[in-house]
Order: sequence, then structure tokens, then C-alpha cells
Amino acid sequence: MARKIRILVAKPGLDGHDRGARVVARAFRDAGFEVIYTGLRQTPEQIAEAALQEDVDVVALSILSGAHNTLLPRTVEALRARGLSDVLVVAGGVIPAEDIPGLKASGIAEVFTPGTPTRAAVDFIAGRVAPE
Amino acid sequence: MSDAHDRIAAEQERWHREVAVPSLARRPERKTGFTTNSGLPVQRLYTPADVPVDYLNDLGFPGEYPFTRGVQPTMYRGRFWTMRQYAGFGTAEATNARFRYLLENGQSGLSVAFDLPTQIGYDSDSPLAEGEVGKVGVAIDTLADMETLLEGIPLDRVSTSMTINAPAAVLLAMYIAVAQKQGVRPEQLSGTIQNDILKEYAARGTYIFPPGPSMRLITDTFAYCAQHVPRWNPISISGYHIREAGSTAAQEVGFTLANGVAYVEAAIAAGLAVDDFAPQLSFFFNAHNDFFEEVAKFRAARRLWARIMRERFKAQNPRSWMLRFHTQTGGSTLTAQQPMNNIVRVALQAFAAVCGGTQSLHTNSMDEALALPTEQSVMVSLRTQQIIAHESGAAETIDPLAGSYYVEHLTGEIERQARAYIAKIDELGGAVRAIERGYVQREIQEAAYQYQRQVESGERVIVGLNRYQVEETPPTNLLRVDPAVQEEQARKLAEVKARRDQAAVDRSLATLRTAAAGTANLMEPILDAVKAYATLQEICDVLRGVFGEYHPSEEL
Repeated sequence: MARKIRILVAKPGLDGHDRGARVVARAFRDAGFEVIYTGLRQTPEQIAEAALQEDVDVVALSILSGAHNTLLPRTVEALRARGLSDVLVVAGGVIPAEDIPGLKASGIAEVFTPGTPTRAAVDFIAGRVAPE
Repeated sequence: MSDAHDRIAAEQERWHREVAVPSLARRPERKTGFTTNSGLPVQRLYTPADVPVDYLNDLGFPGEYPFTRGVQPTMYRGRFWTMRQYAGFGTAEATNARFRYLLENGQSGLSVAFDLPTQIGYDSDSPLAEGEVGKVGVAIDTLADMETLLEGIPLDRVSTSMTINAPAAVLLAMYIAVAQKQGVRPEQLSGTIQNDILKEYAARGTYIFPPGPSMRLITDTFAYCAQHVPRWNPISISGYHIREAGSTAAQEVGFTLANGVAYVEAAIAAGLAVDDFAPQLSFFFNAHNDFFEEVAKFRAARRLWARIMRERFKAQNPRSWMLRFHTQTGGSTLTAQQPMNNIVRVALQAFAAVCGGTQSLHTNSMDEALALPTEQSVMVSLRTQQIIAHESGAAETIDPLAGSYYVEHLTGEIERQARAYIAKIDELGGAVRAIERGYVQREIQEAAYQYQRQVESGERVIVGLNRYQVEETPPTNLLRVDPAVQEEQARKLAEVKARRDQAAVDRSLATLRTAAAGTANLMEPILDAVKAYATLQEICDVLRGVFGEYHPSEEL
């Protein structure tokens, strides 16, 4: 039987807005993914550690605080430092268009901005991660 | 009366049979069922037969119980609501400049946004503050930052609202200390601290301490303000964030007032008399797009709180029965797509807040689904309020939608549903227990998910988002906070630490630690610590050491 896609939904930094993270997490679960939610206020290191422990295929980062340029690349580095370079990292939140190229260059595969249907994120991930 | 109702009901039945049904046969309605934005069923027509209002009991007169028609006897004929734009970003200098700009343009009160490290009790040089300093609000580390923030602003004449919760007592102490340096006495100050920790656990996330000690800090501020800062609202019990997190209108009222009940009970348990602090309680609600539902929501909240305070808590002072509230238009209703459309959404929402009798109002700016607002877009949103005040006519009479069969029906329905939520929360052991058990969070998250599904299925139309879309190039003129703010702020903090009297800081923190471990009111020791230029984090760390920290259990 094919293994389900395992995904860690995480809130980096001090941002308390988790409506989006929770709605997306439920949409992932309804799409058949196995979803783990970190809860609020996670440091990049905590997120990478959770990704390692949970053996996930994908890390989905939700951030609305404006700290994305600092925290998202740092999370990618923390994942790489644990040998998780093959984990797909996506992000969503209030992120200005002009910041997206820099984030992608740092290793974020896709950035979903306000108004994106949850289906778009599901399809993107399903298209990138082939279940083993 | 009932004769007249019976005649109307009979005629309504005849109209339905002879007029409506044949018309429907020729031309069906757009949908099989109609609901409000929050999902309350909406009938085709409302008549006096559908809305059995007992005028004297349910509506009454403005300034009198049950305050359905408003808390003041003359409402906006006396004075408009306070136009209060929430602002803050970067350093205290930058925010002070924005405050002065808003005051020069006719804003009547200040509203301070703090950055996340400040809201969670970390200094700008903390590793946890990395990337967050000055981003969603102004960074405040010590009294020196507060002095800069309020430089040149007459604190005896301007009322100030501060969106600060877990460390609210510390920021209030800093405000009092700055005022004293300006020669303004605490009893002359007016303003509000949000100080509503329960909705932080349930919906907003900037908690520090566990519920028990958090409730103590809150009741300490109630007691202190009642005695020393009588014109200050020591809490703003907030439905705003509950709604932003996805709740319905009725949940917004139910969960907020249930939190209100918990604060009143905590204060009474701490030995305060209800009429000593209840007149200083204030509230904060959202305004979304369904105009009639929102107007009804504000009226229902006022009526229900008055009844709770009088019937449940036996408050005697009419001011204890009054639900006075601030409104902010709904951030989550704004779209990143075609952002100019947001001007119209904000205008509708603000109009609902005014027709619903708000005491103060923040109107969001068109670009806030993308970033913090620019000066130009803030100007449009402030002008929106001024147009409603001076041009719309809504401020010329009191509670202008009273007597609308539809609005009275919704008012009754929202009050009924909110009461049912409060009863359920009572059954679970009160708001603190209901939040610890995740009940409130689950209800909100379920409503949020249903809403999202309706948007994605197209059942709910959001103009510019899932219908009438256009190709757009992303906007480029967004406000950006200079990343150098963090270094600048850390440098200022190091300077303050170098020039303060360290022995005085140590003494004040030791006194605070002892007080926190006991039962004394913590406002005085906190005030002494901020005056010695102890930092926000130093003070919060002392309290963390005594109180511990809150760690929610996460479930999906």
C-alpha cells in the first residue's frame, strides 16, 4: 500500500495568527495527507527537529508577522543541517510579491499568498511529492 | 396588540398564497435558502407578526437599561465616536511621527500597536525577537522607548488605547510613568489596555503565563485602576480576534461575553465589589460585511451584557450594566486581489459600527491584506469615518435601524444564540475551563473551515477573489519596515542599560519577585521597576520565574 504524504504544518516565530495554518492543515488532512501541526511560536530549529522526528515529506510554514525573510531561510538551513535537504518546503501568509524570488532562492519551493484556494496548495504538493 | 399581530399574520398568509407563490412559480428565487454571512437563516420578508418585540423590556431608551438603543442619552448628536486608528511600526520615533500625523488630520484618540516581542515580553535583543522587531508594531523595551513614543503628545487631553495583553500591567505602568514626567497625574489619564488574556489563549496567541496568574495580573490592574486611574479602562474584552479567527457573529458575542463573565467572577473572587470595577470594563468587536447582521450583533451584545450584569451579578450602578465598545473593521474580509475594493468593504463595515452605536472606531486600510498600511491609505480610511460622520446622516438620530423588523429579528436571534453559548460554557465550568479543554477553539476552527469551504466551492461569493477576477500585477508601493530597526533598537537598549542605576533595578526586581510569590497587588512593584528602567523582558522574566509559562496542547 502506498504511504501517505506526511506533512508538518508549522508556525515559525512569535506570530499568533493560526487560522490559516489550521484551515490549510484540515484541507491537507481531507486531501488524504498525514498532518502534524506544531502549534505556535516555533523556532526554525524546533521545526527542523520536529520534521526529523516525524519523518515528514513536506514542511508547510505559515507566517503573517512580516518576519518571513529572516525565519523562512533559517528554517531551510536548519532542515539541511539535519540532512533533510529532500524535504519539500512551502510557505503561506502575508508575503509581499517582491520578497518571493529571494525566498525561493533560499530553498522555499512555493509561496502561497492571501486568497489562494487550499486546493492549489494540495495540488502543488501532491504534484511534487510522489508517495513511496 | 395581539389582535393587530393576528390580523397581520393572517394577511401575511394571504399574501404568501395569493401573491408570493404565483410569482415564485413564474420566477424562482436565486437560491433555495438564504442566510446571513454567519449562516443565520433569512426569511423572504419580516413583518410585525414575525418580530414580537416588547418595546419597553427589550429596547427601552438610550442611556437606560437594557441599553439596546445605545449607552449614551444623546449618542452622536452630542459627540461623534472616537476616531481611533491603530498604528505602530518600527521604532518609537517612527510611530510617534505617525501619531502626530493622525492627530493633525483630525483623529481623536491614539491606538498603539506593539511588535510581537513586546507583546510576548521579550526585549529587542532577545534571540527569539530575531526578524520580528518593529514588524507588526512598535518595539518597546524600556521606559525610555515609551518616553520617545509619547513625546509631544498631551496625555491629559488624548485618550490612548494599547493593544497589549500578557504584559499589559507593565505597559500601563510605563504610560503612567511617562505621564508623571509630563506633569500629568494618573487620575487625569484616559485610555484602555486590552489586557484580555482569555481570547489570547482562544484565538490570538500572545499569551505568556498560565491562566491562574494571568487572571491575577488582570484583577490587580482592575483594582489599581479603580483606585488610582479612574478614567482608564483596565480591559477591553475582545470579540475582534475571535471573529478574525473564524467565528460567527453569534459566537463572537457569546464567547466574548462568556470571557467577560469570567473576568467579573475573578475580580469578585479577588475581593472587589462588582460596582467598583464593572463601570470600567470595555469591549471590542469586529465589523464584517453583512450590514444588518452586524448592526444587530452590536445591539444584542449591549442588551445581553446589561441583563447579565444586572440579573446574574446583581450590579446596582447603571454604569456597570453598560457595554461600551470599540470596533475595528474586519481584517479577514479584506482581499489582496483588487485592493481598492477594500475601501468599499471598510465603508460598509464602518457604517454598521456607527449604526450599531460604537464608542470608537478603527477603519482598516485598503492595503492591509498585503502589508502594514501606507500613510496615503490610512488617510482614505480615516476619511471614510469622517464621511460617515458628516455626510451620511447616520449620526443625526439615535439607533436609526431600531424597529426594522429584520434588524429586530436578528438582534433577538443573536442574543438567543449567544446566551446558549454562555450556558454551554457555564456547563463546562466557565470560560477558563472551556478554553483549557479546547471547546471554544474547536467551535471557532470549525466555523472557519466551513467558511473556507463555502468560498472555495463558490457558494459564497467574494468579489475579485472567486468572481469578477482580473489579471493584476502585484502592488509595489507597500510599507516596509527597515530591517535596521532591530540593530537600532538593540543599540538603544544597551545605552539605557549602561546609564541606569543597576542596583536600583536589581532591588526593584527582587521586590517584584517577592510580591509575585505572595498575594499583594503587583502594579506598585511593576511601576517601581519601570521607573528604574528595568526592561520589559527583565520584568516578565521575573514573573515567568514565579508563574511559569503557558503551553497549550495542540490538536487539529
